[in-house]
Amino acid sequence: MSKEIKVKIDKEKCKSCGFCVLYCAKGILFTGKKNNAKGFFYIEFDDKLNKCNSCAICALMCPEAAIEVFKEDKK
Amino acid sequence: MNKNKRLISGNEAIAEAAIMAGCRFYAGYPITPQNQIPEYMSWRMPEVNGVFLQAESELAAINMVFGASLTGTRAMTSSSSPGISLKQEGISYMAGCELPGVIVNIQRGGPGLGNIQGSQADYFQATKGGGHGDYRMPVLAPSTIPEAAELMMAAFDYADFYRTPVLLLSDGILGQMMEAVEFKEYKPIKKLVKKDWILDGARNRVPRSIFSLMTAPGALEKHNWKLLEKFSKMEKEVLSETYLAEDAEILVCAYGIMGRIGKAAIQMARKEGIKAGLFRPITLWPFDSKTASLYGSKAKKVLVVEQNLGQMVEDIKLAVEDSKKVFFHGRPGGGVASKEDLFEKIKELIK
Amino acid sequence: MKPVYLKPESLKDVVTSYCPGCGHGLVHRLIAEVIDELKVREKTIGIAPVGCAVYAYDYFNFDVAEAPHGRPPAVATAIKRCLPDRIVFTYQGDGDLASIGTNEIIHAANRGENITVIFINNANYGMTGGQMAPTTLPGMRTTTTQKGRDSKLHGFPLRVSELLATLEGTVYIERVSLIDPANVIKTKKAIKKAFSNQLTGTGFSFVEVLSPCPVNWGLKPLEALKFVKDQMIPYFKLGILKDKTEEMKKEKGA
Repeated sequence: MSKEIKVKIDKEKCKSCGFCVLYCAKGILFTGKKNNAKGFFYIEFDDKLNKCNSCAICALMCPEAAIEVFKEDKK
Repeated sequence: MNKNKRLISGNEAIAEAAIMAGCRFYAGYPITPQNQIPEYMSWRMPEVNGVFLQAESELAAINMVFGASLTGTRAMTSSSSPGISLKQEGISYMAGCELPGVIVNIQRGGPGLGNIQGSQADYFQATKGGGHGDYRMPVLAPSTIPEAAELMMAAFDYADFYRTPVLLLSDGILGQMMEAVEFKEYKPIKKLVKKDWILDGARNRVPRSIFSLMTAPGALEKHNWKLLEKFSKMEKEVLSETYLAEDAEILVCAYGIMGRIGKAAIQMARKEGIKAGLFRPITLWPFDSKTASLYGSKAKKVLVVEQNLGQMVEDIKLAVEDSKKVFFHGRPGGGVASKEDLFEKIKELIK
Repeated sequence: MKPVYLKPESLKDVVTSYCPGCGHGLVHRLIAEVIDELKVREKTIGIAPVGCAVYAYDYFNFDVAEAPHGRPPAVATAIKRCLPDRIVFTYQGDGDLASIGTNEIIHAANRGENITVIFINNANYGMTGGQMAPTTLPGMRTTTTQKGRDSKLHGFPLRVSELLATLEGTVYIERVSLIDPANVIKTKKAIKKAFSNQLTGTGFSFVEVLSPCPVNWGLKPLEALKFVKDQMIPYFKLGILKDKTEEMKKEKGA
């Protein structure tokens, strides 16, 4: 598991539309069980197996600009 | 020969005065009897690197003025009565957004399409709102062409100073007739400050926005109270003319072209020994109730003369203590009372 | 860690008032990305419509004016004529642009104003609660067509892009959608072209975005994407309806 998070989701902006979940090829985004201030069960990123390749499709599909994506520096 | 003196129509004088006052944007739509304004602007604006646009509608024209104004450009539109009805949308939005701009109404007969004769039937529309919402707008009413030119320049200063739409309310007679006008050099009548609210791209500053929708609880009420404060300041800008009013036993109240005809009738009456005088409001809003009250209350009779079925008469009745002595003489639908008609009316009332 | 995607500078760091899965937020973000990429944030003036996007000035991090309903093209015309070196765009919904503002959009297009228009087509009046729009599909239920839009009573959905493409004054017109990542990328490309054309003085550029409105359609966000794909796209065909960009560039010597 990578030490740093590649997909950062601003949970207060997330409205749980699920566009990112639908189009994530790795299946590592899911609707969480906790809700934000607006009452939405915001999307969470869980990449235990380090599948994320930082393709940023999730950010591309996000209507709320709630997702920022990072990738590991090449060593 | 004075090269600034020109024989010019009212409409063209208004257009040239606007250019002299620094107006650099005009949008309008053809309607009689004001067509000389867009026609003049169509060749004159490019000469001063300004923008002339023949809009697809009155709605588009006033909204173009809205757009030009928010860039800080001095902007105007003109029309005649039916077209001014259409412009009310934009005027209300400009009042709400606090955008300066000048609207010229060369009034014609109404209601509906009416006719193309001069008229004063839009007094209510001009002074009591016109568009929706709680707003006030300065209304300037010239009675001669030189005065129209002077007021047109002042209109831009009021507009910028108070960040408000300003209406020049004239009529088809004044628009079409010609007079010798000595154009005075434009000098601002108000101290004008740099417009620090315009939208020109947020370069080295925080982004700005201009809007009139305020749905947050209490936001609109707060905005309305703020506007009232401004309207109260604007109320001090009253202008009026009196003529032989000091000892007048009969006070004629008339504005615009009727003020001019009224003056001629008063001269006829004075020759006959009748103590007649004139009160002529120049700003219709704010209305000079104080002066109307002063001379109207002193006079035995007050005669309100308008080119309509009786509109300003209501403001005179509010200003004069004893409204029973206020009489009205008007001709609607393009009819014009002559100085002889008014003289007869004065004689009848003073008997 | 290196950033791959960061929130664009041209968007404010706020939560929007849009419903979950609404296309407005997505298109806002794409516009903001394009403005960042073209480095024109400090000279852009946007015109917000009346409709759900009326609060666009709360979301965009550049100058924005709110125009009366349907009038953004008239307002934008005047701004661009007064400040020709600024980037001026209107952002309008289908009620604003295709109904109350048809006159303004047709004439701004016909004059060939050097502005960019982003047109959001979601087949209904969103802000007022989902009434029939000129773009509502035949048979589609809205609060004013409760048994479905009957074309005999209400006419047919208006294809604004096709209409504007017939005008001499228009340069670039494309209809796009947001149904999947490939189409979102296409939409961004179209928006970028529409803004770039303004920079080169090429002329009137128009992008129509078929946009989901899940709440008023009574659908879940993902179902709404499917509705756009299965119901809207067959009627409102995607693609470039007109492109005189290269021709105009040559003419301008750009």
